[in-house]
Amino acid sequence: MICDECRERQATVMVTQIINGKKTEAHLCQECAKKHSGLGFITEPSFTFNNILAGLFEPEGLQAAGIQVRPKVRCDNCGLTFADFRRLGTLGCSQCYTQFEALLEPLLKRIHGNTQHTGKPPTSGGTAHLRRELEEARRQLRDAISIEAYEKAAELRDRIRELEKTLAEQDKS
Amino acid sequence: MSLKDIIGRALSNWMKGTGPEFDIALSSRVRLARNLEHLPFPAVADESQLKQVLTSTQKALPIECMKNAEFIRLSEISPLERQLLVEKHLISPQHAQNVKHKAAIVREDEAVSVMVNEEDHLRIQAIFPGLQPLEAWSLAGKVDDGFAEKLEFAGSERLGFLTACPTNVGTGMRASIMLHLPALSMTEQMKRVVGVVGQFGLTVRGIYGEGTDILGNIYQMSNQVTLGQSEVEIVEHLTRVAKQIIDQERAAREHILQQSRIRLTDRIFRSYGTLAYARSISTQEAMQLISDVRLGIDMGLVTDLEPRILQELLVIIRPAHLQKLMGRELNVEERDEHRAMLIRERMKQTDK
Repeated sequence: MICDECRERQATVMVTQIINGKKTEAHLCQECAKKHSGLGFITEPSFTFNNILAGLFEPEGLQAAGIQVRPKVRCDNCGLTFADFRRLGTLGCSQCYTQFEALLEPLLKRIHGNTQHTGKPPTSGGTAHLRRELEEARRQLRDAISIEAYEKAAELRDRIRELEKTLAEQDKS
Repeated sequence: MSLKDIIGRALSNWMKGTGPEFDIALSSRVRLARNLEHLPFPAVADESQLKQVLTSTQKALPIECMKNAEFIRLSEISPLERQLLVEKHLISPQHAQNVKHKAAIVREDEAVSVMVNEEDHLRIQAIFPGLQPLEAWSLAGKVDDGFAEKLEFAGSERLGFLTACPTNVGTGMRASIMLHLPALSMTEQMKRVVGVVGQFGLTVRGIYGEGTDILGNIYQMSNQVTLGQSEVEIVEHLTRVAKQIIDQERAAREHILQQSRIRLTDRIFRSYGTLAYARSISTQEAMQLISDVRLGIDMGLVTDLEPRILQELLVIIRPAHLQKLMGRELNVEERDEHRAMLIRERMKQTDK
């Protein structure tokens, strides 16, 4: 099928629009489809979290957030500039997190409400996440017992046994 | 196990299983974003660095819980085959674009897949049927451990796992639950649900993730926050909210049945009839009708079909699967025609 708009390329996208109850359908190629922004294509979402996120870094946004620091414009490690980040919505390398720290801090706070990781530790790997889960489950078990949620407590007890067993096996090997 | 098997069969093995709340929670998925230390993220990396990610990952692959896994270089398979992987949720739609130096690792039962060089170097995904996000986390975590023994991941004590996008930093985890919510949709409560869920740090999206349409009343609910909460906390929070939505969906079903039994039954059987006899049907219409029939099955009104028909048709009526089945490229009219035929055939095989 040929694209309804340019009449040249192969149509690969079907666009259904409903305006005032009147439904129209168009078969478009990728190029023409791209021109119709905001139509929710499966391939390239135009209104993404990243775009909005990058928008938060517009100078006005920074000023509104009360940031006075002169932003470091380029990451020494990967060469990504601040403008690149605003355009891409993604950072360039793990070093960017330290290089742009002053700017990222308020952003992270805004996205996550937090700036301290409490999950699985990235360095240790191995059994660390199991130990953490075990601790967590033990704590929850105490909570469950205190509110007499015995069904939940039984589930947790089984999970704790399972975790202890796995950890014991891994310690042996 | 080969690539041929993965794209040759429409239903993944994990789909044959079942899980808690299976009538509403279709599946639970956990995705972990990981990056290799010392190499820039894919969007910035040059060709040789991207290649390095590919080779390091492939070399690290023989890990305990990934036996019988296939390493698929996306540039070595056809666009149609890539689209099949998207339709099976094994890779994201974005991953199927600009495929140079991209790969997918798929475990035999397709419950685990890893995207290499997507937005992050590795995106590990585990999926379970029903409401089992904790199990999905546990499995994804094991795969993560396996890779971590051989690869050094970028991370810091304070910020956790470092990801290309700051929205994923910390756990690098996105946990999501796919929910079939026809009664909440019929009673026009979905807008409210989406709003409320947002206040709990969760988001609701279409079935193929960010920026995709809602099809067949299927919604994906996932966590937004990745920093400052542990993986188990994230998963438990998500589960608790999901359970409440599930309860509301059940209440709405009951309410509709009490208030307008005939109208509901009529709608379900009209949908049944259309699916059983239509000669041409679009994906969108088919999904809506299949959703109605599945609701009928769940409520005991339709008794000759298994609930699984929804998941089955969900995959095989998508464009790439249709074309694979027919063995050639199809234009839109042909697809609609073949889709209708396929559904008619499936409806004839009564399950009971």
